[in-house]
Amino acid sequence: MIEFKNVKKEFRGKPVLRGFNLKVEEGETISLVGTSGAGKSVTLKHMVRLLQATSGEVLIDGKDITWMGDEELAHTRRRFGYLFQSGALLQWMNVYDNVALPLREQKNMGEDEVEEKVMYVLERVNMHEALEKFPSDISGGMKKRAAVARAVVTEPDILLYDEPTSGLDPVTSRSIDELIHGLQQDLGVTSVVVTHDMISALTVSDRIAMLHQGTVLEVSPPQDFLKSENDVVRGFLDSQCISPDFFEDFPERTMT
Amino acid sequence: MMNRDTYECPECSSFFAKWGHQGLAFCQLVGQAVILNARATMLIPLMFKKRMRSEVAYQLFFTGIKSLPVISVVALFIGMIFAIQTGIELQRFGQEEQVAGGVTVVMMREMGPFMTALIIAASVGASIGAQLGTMTVSEEVSALEVMSIDPVRFLVMPRLVALLVMMPLLTLYTNVLAVAGGAIIGYTQLGIELQAYVDNAVSYAEIKDLYTGLFKAVVFGFIINMVACHQGLTTTGGAVGVGKATRATVVISFLVILIIGFILTKLFYG
Repeated sequence: MIEFKNVKKEFRGKPVLRGFNLKVEEGETISLVGTSGAGKSVTLKHMVRLLQATSGEVLIDGKDITWMGDEELAHTRRRFGYLFQSGALLQWMNVYDNVALPLREQKNMGEDEVEEKVMYVLERVNMHEALEKFPSDISGGMKKRAAVARAVVTEPDILLYDEPTSGLDPVTSRSIDELIHGLQQDLGVTSVVVTHDMISALTVSDRIAMLHQGTVLEVSPPQDFLKSENDVVRGFLDSQCISPDFFEDFPERTMT
Repeated sequence: MMNRDTYECPECSSFFAKWGHQGLAFCQLVGQAVILNARATMLIPLMFKKRMRSEVAYQLFFTGIKSLPVISVVALFIGMIFAIQTGIELQRFGQEEQVAGGVTVVMMREMGPFMTALIIAASVGASIGAQLGTMTVSEEVSALEVMSIDPVRFLVMPRLVALLVMMPLLTLYTNVLAVAGGAIIGYTQLGIELQAYVDNAVSYAEIKDLYTGLFKAVVFGFIINMVACHQGLTTTGGAVGVGKATRATVVISFLVILIIGFILTKLFYG
């Protein structure tokens, strides 16, 4: 469904992606993990062409998004829901209007139908009591949940999450993980999650890809990832005190 | 979709190569800004669509009504200052009633559109630059793009419409208040009867002065929007970047308004 073929990206001559190859299958949830500067968010932005590859191909259902015309790009982007790291809610709109925005702009819907869909997703993310509030008046976790609601309200085929749990306390982080997993179960969408948080990655993913210096170092299911013998992967897991027996130690974390 | 990439100057040691790349970067910035506003201009007919009406109305209110207090004070005092300065000199020749004509012609031809443009660039332009800059660095503009919402239609076009409509109206208002300020000084300091002041002002005012002044106001509105929106949408570097974009909006707007104002004056009166 999404395929990176030898993608290279440079900023001011400095390479960030160096021949990046990755295939995301339809309906799976894959997490991209790695240290800061490994190229995780850059990879995510290439999927919707917020960044354009210096060379290589980014294929969405076999079509290269890198050189699409405006019409086709707009059409392709409508298939995506994107959760930005900061939430990226429009500050002058309340939660309800933020979530309703893509419906009003993309779909030819009456206001009654918009309201029905918005209320459904806001209830799904447990934000139905904050719909009149503005982004500046709600907590980080609520912003993320409202942003998730905006990302899923158009019923996209693919959901992209950029650091969904960053800046949140552990309890809120786990509730966001459960939300991501629940949406995956309900909607059956393809999901790509960029995260530093290994607990989050292990909890929500079908596969985990370790990025290092602009390339994919290892891609494997969570159980195999935990038992990786690669030094970089081991170092990354050890830095977060994740043992190879994580699922045996915490069986309640097994969602996938 | 909008091109917001900035020109990447490669590392080079040669003095001439550096200046060459700076020149190319400048050309790219100007080209981007012009294309951005040209696209927004072409999207103006969409302002009547239901989902854009409220945003356009808000921008008209923000640009026009919210600017009235500062414009009123500045216009009134500019008129009074001009009347005092010219009145003192004209009184030496017993020609103080000519103050009315002087204030009217100067305001209609030059100072009205120019002063209005400077105030609007410093208030509305800076606000647009800062708001769009903040939206850009906090990824709100990227979020719009991912939702297939064209930022040019959603953000730039309503502001352009507001500036194109409000600049000539505010200029007219500035002119009227400045002439009124002159009348206050004429009556209280120079002993000119109000009727004589009005008669003298009307006798000097020409319809061409009015049209050229209002035309300049429209052009200045276009310039303010072009600079502010481009600076805002190409902001990088967090809060510091937003500060730089806001400052650049005001400085570049002032300079371009001055230069284009001179060229237009030369064209109409040169």
